Amino acid sequence: MSFFNLVAQGVLLGGYYALLACGLSLMFGVMRIINLAHGDLAILAAFLVFSISDAFGLSPFLSLVGVLPIMAAVGWALQRGVLERSLRSGMLVPLLATFGLSIALENLLFEAYGADTRSLGGMIGDLAFDSYEVTSQFSVSYLAALIFALSVALLGGLSIFLKTTSLGRAIRATAEDPDTAELVGIDARAVYAVAAAIAVATVALAGVMLGMRATFDPYSGPMQLIFAFEAVVIGGIGSLWGTLTGGIMLGLAQSIGAAINPKWFLLAGHLTFLAVLGIRLFRDWARARGGLRSALGLGG
Amino acid sequence: MNNGLGFTVERWTRESAAFGIAVALVVLALAAAPLFAGADAVDKLTTLFIYVILAAMWNALAGYAGLVSVGQQAFFGIGAYFAIRLAVAGFPAYPSLLAGAVGAALLSIPVSFFMLRLRGGEFSIGMWVLAEALHLLVNLDPLIQGETGTSMIAMNAFAPAQRLAANYWLSLGAMLALLGAIFVLLRGPFGASVQAIRDDEEAAASIGVKVIAAKQTVFILAAFGCALAGVLWLATSITFQPKTNFGVQWTAYMILMALVGGLGTFEGPILGALFFFFVQNEFGENGVWYMAGLGVVAILFALFLPRGLWGEIEARTGLRLLPVGYRLRLTERTRARPVM
Repeated sequence: MSFFNLVAQGVLLGGYYALLACGLSLMFGVMRIINLAHGDLAILAAFLVFSISDAFGLSPFLSLVGVLPIMAAVGWALQRGVLERSLRSGMLVPLLATFGLSIALENLLFEAYGADTRSLGGMIGDLAFDSYEVTSQFSVSYLAALIFALSVALLGGLSIFLKTTSLGRAIRATAEDPDTAELVGIDARAVYAVAAAIAVATVALAGVMLGMRATFDPYSGPMQLIFAFEAVVIGGIGSLWGTLTGGIMLGLAQSIGAAINPKWFLLAGHLTFLAVLGIRLFRDWARARGGLRSALGLGG
Repeated sequence: MNNGLGFTVERWTRESAAFGIAVALVVLALAAAPLFAGADAVDKLTTLFIYVILAAMWNALAGYAGLVSVGQQAFFGIGAYFAIRLAVAGFPAYPSLLAGAVGAALLSIPVSFFMLRLRGGEFSIGMWVLAEALHLLVNLDPLIQGETGTSMIAMNAFAPAQRLAANYWLSLGAMLALLGAIFVLLRGPFGASVQAIRDDEEAAASIGVKVIAAKQTVFILAAFGCALAGVLWLATSITFQPKTNFGVQWTAYMILMALVGGLGTFEGPILGALFFFFVQNEFGENGVWYMAGLGVVAILFALFLPRGLWGEIEARTGLRLLPVGYRLRLTERTRARPVM
């Protein structure tokens, strides 16, 4: 059952991509902003956890508890200091500023940690390699299953938070229309800052999971940004559960691509992303001509 | 030219006319440079011309059409790849280079239908994914051997001195032609259309601007320009390594030059390229700190000087060296008119 194994690994990998994409999806949904330093923030968190665990001999899970609020504060500061200006001056400023931040972060991390590839895998004991053997052909790694469960829990928790709490409702109202939200007494600035703090905390969580399941170096960030973006676009922008579907589709495409030829791991993901865009353009084109059948001249 | 309304609309100012003559003299001196300048200076100036092309192309995209691409390295790299493929197939070196750039421009036509439907940040990363996909596809070519890369062996048919001068004149010519194309495009009604799109796409469409067609023109021009810069880079470096030629650092340089010089001005990217050229010569060997510094400079300019150096100079002094825009000059009568 190696095909079944392949699909299972792809789905589990997709869980990581969904975790990574969650923050991007939230920020895009609420602020309509894409943070180009998204991936680098994930890597920053992984390095922070690495340093703390290394210095105090703590489990990375414990270090993560300390790093999450730090990264939430980074998100808050990023919104207040950089992204907020986009509300006045358009898309250009946040894109340029976060691109600059991305370059600065990568090179400062390089200055601090050097070119070595790191991993948190060595700090989590057996969890790094233990797996549950279903059959001799098919096994599920504990860590991959944990990351998938974490991703579902996070997306589910965020959905419930946005639907049922008053802060969640304020975030949704502001996402819909910040001016109207202010009319009913919501402080849009504060709401944006909270949303950015939550988003960057989830990015940090994803970065640490990356550090546990694989390796990272100071220049790993851009590729993580691309994965996150691909998952969000494949799943449909603005939907949290769509992000999970998108992550799984990306993970599946990469796993199947790599099974055909190891060089096709990344390429299969990129081509799936471009194909999804193509299908969507074709659908819009057909819809503008009164549906697929009439666009193609089939039937009246 | 008094229209009785108390103001005149002018395009050419006295400074811009004087500046036009100065530019003509500088161009003449630059064209003659290989005859008297040393090899090192000629080589460095060639690099500067390539930077000016890159900065001007990115400015045309972002500063005029509002398209923030993080994937222009796609065209920079694919043009060089096409050129190498043609040269290996037996075409002479320099025609292969030009054909490579044209090939990249042709590729940008179908790409434009695709990418220009994306908005803002989606377009940015969509272009990046495209560049990554092209990079990986080129890696699959047995000639390129993955990240190992190859060389433009056909360039060895020329003596080093001959090659240096040819690359120099080709880069100078390409830079002048592309700057000229942008100048002509932006002066006309087309310039007004794309700037209207940049400022508000819906509003521009509602007054009859053909949004997609206008963006497409800029996109294809920028793809051609970046590919031309890419083949010129190949002509000077001779080696082709996918990781370098498709590297996102090219876009980082373009963004920095356009941003520092002044987005949305004609002169800005030229000033930005000069700035970047000198900074790289001074601090380039500091490697990682230098790159981190460039990132910080980009953040500071984006947040505090979004108009860039040239934008600030223009706003403070009213200086207009190249007549791309229009300006209103109040005549004496208006100023002296008594308030009723």
